[in-house]
Amino acid sequence: MTSEDYFIQGNEACARGAIKANCRFFAGYPITPSTEIAEDMAVFLPREGGTFVQMEDEISTLGAVIGAVWAGMKGMTATSGPGFSLMQEHIGYAVMTETPLVIVNMQRGSPSTGQPTMASQGDMMQARWGSQGDYEIIALSPSSVQECFDFTVEAFNLAEKYRVPVMVMSDENVGHMREKITIPEKVEVKARSMPEEGPDTYLPYRADPDGTSPMPALGDGYKIHITGLTHDERGYPDASNPQAHSKLVKRLCNKIRHHTNEISRIKTENVEDAEIIIISYGAPSRSALKAVRTARDQGLNVGFIKIDVVWPFPEEMIQKAAGNAQRVIVVEMNLGQIFYEVQRVLPEVKVELAPKIGGEMHLPEEILKQINSTKD
Amino acid sequence: MRKEVRIAGFGGQGIILAGIVIGKAAALYDGLQAVQTQSYGPEARGGASRTELVISDEEIDYPKVQHPDIFVAMSHEALLAYLEGLKTGGILIIDPDLVMEDEISSFITEHNIQVYHAPATRTADEKVGLRIVANIVMIGAITGFTGIISEEAARKAIAASVPPGTEDKNLSAFEAGMELSREEV
Repeated sequence: MTSEDYFIQGNEACARGAIKANCRFFAGYPITPSTEIAEDMAVFLPREGGTFVQMEDEISTLGAVIGAVWAGMKGMTATSGPGFSLMQEHIGYAVMTETPLVIVNMQRGSPSTGQPTMASQGDMMQARWGSQGDYEIIALSPSSVQECFDFTVEAFNLAEKYRVPVMVMSDENVGHMREKITIPEKVEVKARSMPEEGPDTYLPYRADPDGTSPMPALGDGYKIHITGLTHDERGYPDASNPQAHSKLVKRLCNKIRHHTNEISRIKTENVEDAEIIIISYGAPSRSALKAVRTARDQGLNVGFIKIDVVWPFPEEMIQKAAGNAQRVIVVEMNLGQIFYEVQRVLPEVKVELAPKIGGEMHLPEEILKQINSTKD
Repeated sequence: MRKEVRIAGFGGQGIILAGIVIGKAAALYDGLQAVQTQSYGPEARGGASRTELVISDEEIDYPKVQHPDIFVAMSHEALLAYLEGLKTGGILIIDPDLVMEDEISSFITEHNIQVYHAPATRTADEKVGLRIVANIVMIGAITGFTGIISEEAARKAIAASVPPGTEDKNLSAFEAGMELSREEV
């Protein structure tokens, strides 16, 4: 098996990861700083026999992806904050109908149209809670061009395994930077689970013990009813039945919650016995890592945690890795989002926020200064 | 070894491509690590253009340029805008036909800056007959003056980055840039 090296942008790496993961449908409404993903998919997909559609807005974009996925394709879209906001309605619909798909959000300065060419991590809570109701999604946060490729492939596999929308939550820094990446000739790809039983006995929403069910494509001969209304195992609306609603929504949440330790992932460096631990994800984790290494050179006992899969939140992993620290500093490009999750899971630890907005990554010195600040 | 490079000029000079070529040369052909970034605004057309590179023999954590070791200015506006960031003892490469060096002489002295002159635009015009390859001439000058990438890697990266059919013109532009560095040294 041969692999090839490229010097490309994070956005281009996402597109290449999607193609390797057998994504054959992309609907998009190009938006800075994610536009290169749509551009590349428009070039790559026709060559692979796939389909690229530019839609009139981001609402229809995600609608088109949901339709393509039910027709048997693997589908993706890419956007940034303003488009992500418009997609929220269909994210809820994809959760309720258990439609596996991937959304790449190259986050930019916000609210509203904000800073098109500058970065932020302002959409992290929106990824978790942006659509109405109780639900769970999966979100990965790449910090390099190689991770853009790897995490996009992983996103498609997780989407298929758990039949859920999966978000790749990166930002302008990573989307536009160029680095060397290695693309293997083949990657591990999870195919869609098709029903083993025939159309007479198959129930589209009768879940396996792990909470998901096989998913045939429209046209395969199965009779399927797909609705955002509360539905029974046949997929028929059962919206006034309290028990049916409770059973369905709990299953949708638990199929993710009960597998948090399999889905989520953190990377740690020198956390054992560290007095201070820095927690970060995405682009600013690289500023944080530089600050941690400098602090250690100065003789400080500082550890580092990078969160690769932010949702579902890796609660037990963080507790295990940082539970004995005296101080934890959460570095993120917003005014506090994942910080509150860390605070929630580490009630005994002094958790501080190192926020930054304005569009630029934290300078390593800024984090170092906070590490060195007087403990109070 | 972490080296930081900033190249700046105005839109249309091929500044960004110059950054990509140098990054590609370092990362794909010299066996180094490299990150290339660029800055632009939503309205930028013909305005300022800037690309930055971090090149290292180790994993690059923080990917942005803070205090460049090498600053290449292809417009006077860019020279004035970014000169402050240049490291003490750093290298400044300018296209003397596009900047007024007199205006920065005190900074050069105070910060012990090594200045090299590369009339890339004139050379592209006169030696290659194509003004558009001034950026590739400048890559030749940067390679010759600083050794930040190897000549061989630069040639491979240029051939891999320019439109098919224009390789020879671009490689001769690179050689002309290398020649500029020999003349000055």
